[in-house]
Amino acid sequence: MTDTLARPDLLLLSMILAPWVGAVLAGLLPRYARNGAAALSWVVALVGLVSAILLYPNITDGPVRHEIRWMPSLGIDFVLRLDGLSWLFSVLVLGIGALVVLYARYYMSPKDPVPRFFAYLLAFMGAMQGVVMAGNLVQLAIFWELTSLFSFLLIGYWYNNQLARDGARMALTVTAAGGLCLLIGVLLLGHIAGSYDLDVVLGAGDQIKRSPLYLPMLVFVLLGAFTKSAQFPFHFWLPRAMAAPTPVSAYLHSATMVKAGIFLMMRLWPVLAGTEEWYAIVGTAGILTLLIGAYAAIFQHDLKGLLAYSTISHLGLITLLLGLGTPLGFVAALFHTLNHATFKASLFMAAGIIDHETGTRDLRRLSGLRKAMPITATLAIVAAAAMAGVPLLNGFLSKEMFLAEAVSNPRDYDRNLLLPVLATLASTFAVLYSLRFIHQTFFGPPAQDLPSTPHEPPHWMRFPIELLVLICVVVGIIPGLTIGPFLATGVQSVLGEATPYYSLAVWHGFNLPLLMSLVALAGGTVLYVLFRRPINTNPHGGPRLFRPFDGVRIFDGVMNGLTAASERGASVFGTNRLQPQLRNIILVMLLAAVLAALPFWSGLGANGFTLTPPDPGFVVLWLLGIGCALIAAWQAKYHRLAAVVMLGGAGLASCISFVWLSAPDLATTQLLVEVVTTVLLLLGLRWLPKRQDAIHIPPSEQRRAKARRVSDLLVAIAFGAFTAAIAFRVMTMPAAPDGIGRFFLEHAYEQGGGRNVVNVLLVDFRALDTLGEISVLGLVGLTVFALLLRFRPGADSLSAPEQQRVQRASDERHETRQPGDTLQDTMLVPRVVMQWLFPVIVLFAVHLFLRGHDEPGGGFAAGIAMSIAFILQYMASGTRWVEDRLRIRPLKWVALGLGIATLTGMGSWIFGYPFLTSWFRYAELPVLGRVPLPSAILFDIGVFGLVVGSTVLVLIALAHQSLRKPRDRAPAHPPAPPLEEVV
Amino acid sequence: MTADAVLFWSLSIALVMLGLAMGIAAWRIVWGPRAQDRVLGMDTLYLNGMLLILVFNIRAGSQSYFEAALIIGLLGFAATVALAKFLMRGEVIE
Repeated sequence: MTDTLARPDLLLLSMILAPWVGAVLAGLLPRYARNGAAALSWVVALVGLVSAILLYPNITDGPVRHEIRWMPSLGIDFVLRLDGLSWLFSVLVLGIGALVVLYARYYMSPKDPVPRFFAYLLAFMGAMQGVVMAGNLVQLAIFWELTSLFSFLLIGYWYNNQLARDGARMALTVTAAGGLCLLIGVLLLGHIAGSYDLDVVLGAGDQIKRSPLYLPMLVFVLLGAFTKSAQFPFHFWLPRAMAAPTPVSAYLHSATMVKAGIFLMMRLWPVLAGTEEWYAIVGTAGILTLLIGAYAAIFQHDLKGLLAYSTISHLGLITLLLGLGTPLGFVAALFHTLNHATFKASLFMAAGIIDHETGTRDLRRLSGLRKAMPITATLAIVAAAAMAGVPLLNGFLSKEMFLAEAVSNPRDYDRNLLLPVLATLASTFAVLYSLRFIHQTFFGPPAQDLPSTPHEPPHWMRFPIELLVLICVVVGIIPGLTIGPFLATGVQSVLGEATPYYSLAVWHGFNLPLLMSLVALAGGTVLYVLFRRPINTNPHGGPRLFRPFDGVRIFDGVMNGLTAASERGASVFGTNRLQPQLRNIILVMLLAAVLAALPFWSGLGANGFTLTPPDPGFVVLWLLGIGCALIAAWQAKYHRLAAVVMLGGAGLASCISFVWLSAPDLATTQLLVEVVTTVLLLLGLRWLPKRQDAIHIPPSEQRRAKARRVSDLLVAIAFGAFTAAIAFRVMTMPAAPDGIGRFFLEHAYEQGGGRNVVNVLLVDFRALDTLGEISVLGLVGLTVFALLLRFRPGADSLSAPEQQRVQRASDERHETRQPGDTLQDTMLVPRVVMQWLFPVIVLFAVHLFLRGHDEPGGGFAAGIAMSIAFILQYMASGTRWVEDRLRIRPLKWVALGLGIATLTGMGSWIFGYPFLTSWFRYAELPVLGRVPLPSAILFDIGVFGLVVGSTVLVLIALAHQSLRKPRDRAPAHPPAPPLEEVV
Repeated sequence: MTADAVLFWSLSIALVMLGLAMGIAAWRIVWGPRAQDRVLGMDTLYLNGMLLILVFNIRAGSQSYFEAALIIGLLGFAATVALAKFLMRGEVIE
């Protein structure tokens, strides 16, 4: 244990990693493992909590940091940073998380897929820990978005409920859009401060406030904070999010996630707060949210709706306190954040119990539950009293601090009457809705027509509420001895030297704030007695006066407008026709490339260079190649087969050019690709529509077609000329003495362990690029496969090709011959050759692969060679024959290849090196002798597997089209297995 | 005439003749007249290309391009077979 204590970085890591690991494990549990998932989640939360508690001695004097290099070239590292403030929030996230997990075990029905719920919940916990412990602004923004994502998944957990889906989507739209704004904000902030590191940013307060970019940066950061913390006018998503299971509402939407915006404002308070702009924006949003939330809460008939609006109002209160920009305001804000989390989470859980036991959350139907569930009633009454700010409870203390701040607001002399009045009004509303909540639910005659008979819940379901309410009471009575030191650490970590004197005592003497509190308590009670009946009979269940400002309606309007606008845009600027799409894409690409190349244009031809004298052989070769290419383009429209043949000729010319210009790797790879391409094109040709001379084309159409072809020709010429110009420019640039080529030549063997620089470049120096490229290759293969699954050939290519019909007819005319004999006879010799070549080609692929590191070859070339071996078998013997004997399963090859390549890259993490660092050594193997064994060879195996899989996937998908067409011949064979089964 | 000279001249003549052969094969590819002629022309072109690479290597005294020749020799016929099968049966893989 002392060992672990001496390693704070391990504790930090366990605080953030435990939830994520737990989420993955919970996701792997069986569908209905309710107890298993709950126990796992509980252990995870406790591990995090214990780590946090063990770390507390380390953070009282300053932040603890642990850095992992991530993108050092961009100044973005993965930094875990824990100080007083983030410690408090961490304990909030992990502690309430543990209680919610316990509660959810009993709340969730055994019929729900509960492990999925816990997996999301733990992942949310991890994301929240990531936000709280982020020591880098970009990292914070990323985890911020993750919390939005998991909030979306949790709200929509009961996805067959329309309300849950809508609420989830709305929450995601609002908070994720806010997260995007936050990202812009932190990028601006990092730009101003010169670093994304939190400690550097926190040290650059003056610089930030003086910057001309301060206001836009502030607006973007605050948009992020306000959307997350449900501040007016972005508050409307929170009540809709109440469609989530109640543990989610208690955890995300009262205690933690909605506090992320508050946390952000606190985190950046030292560098952002204190300006006029901050006061105007944050203070206004805070007070509006406080009042609107409290007013709206009064009219809710839904228990959770009332609590949701109350949460909005309390978040507004905290925001207002932060907006005041005074150190005492900050203290009150932090204190109230903690208090609100305790009483609101317990109230949500109590509401969940009521819903669970009675089957309804409608305040108008509930009544007199105090007799059926006396303990829950007592707990809820205490928690609601804390919410209303009744003395001797924690809510009272922080509300008192708020009222004191409102009275003594030193800044705003003009309005110094307004703020205390509004604060008292909001407190009155809070008393009113708390009273209504308690009175409607627990008092009065026992309710008659409830969906189920209420009784006390299982003990452990109530336990979290008991604990939280106990905290409310203890903190409310002896604040100095309980929360005091931790609050002090938290305040100290943000305010530092500016920490003001404050007192957590319960009794401050009879002063103005106490009077305001008493006015609010009395006023709320009086108002409740007076307006109880009209509120309860109000059919809308929403506040009067607010119809036109209903955020949901505005949101829906905006979304409808956006959808309509994008549809209109798509119909104006888009087209479903392939040719214009392609032409436009190519034109835009050309334009962008020309613009990008313009700055380098000036030196074209200016550098002294001498032309190499042309070699006659080379000239002849290129004339051949150019001729083939031109005629291929010319013939492509009506003589497709001729065009394919001529493409082969052009390809050969370029391969020999590579040989001529000393590029053996390119030559070998290109040759292999040529072969596969020819087969692929021929497979596709079978399904292209036939030329039909009978169709009469009107002259106007002919003219348009001609114009189109001319314009396409011009585009092609422009593109070719541009590419040639770039090549010319690059090749005539004076070679730098320590140029990039030389670097690779010198270091390939020493650092990559290979003599073939091209291959070392692919699998070692630029391995990340290669990983990206093979991922794209895999994606392309999968896309082609998926598209071909739904492919239905045109009517004219459905029937068997003419040749097959003729041969079949001739077989049928001869009595001694069976249908298909012509095929058998003609393919006899080639088939034997091709079948016997299979092992030879496999051996050749292995050869290409193994020597790849030192000589031309490598995983890519080997993969293509291997897939040619498979294609030959298909061509020789037909799909059925091959698949009866050999199941290739290309999808597995793709998955395996990509998996191996990625895992190899991640392997270097184990040894503490960055992703894809390679390692090499020679090994003495029997028979083969001394063999180089770099770790990059594993990566190359991944490349090999993916190339084989992707190529064969496309080819098989095309080949299977012949089997899927309706058979007009007699079905001599059993029907082909469906494509999905084969791959 | 020394052995080097013999080698030099024979290789040069071989290069010229292979180049000529490739030109003639290309002529077949371009002018056909039948698709079968074109396919045969391409097969010849590939074969001559393979020999050209070999001769080229011998002249340069290196081995690093033999791989390319080996690929044409071992796998180049796959394209020809595919084309031939397409002509004979109307589809490559049945």
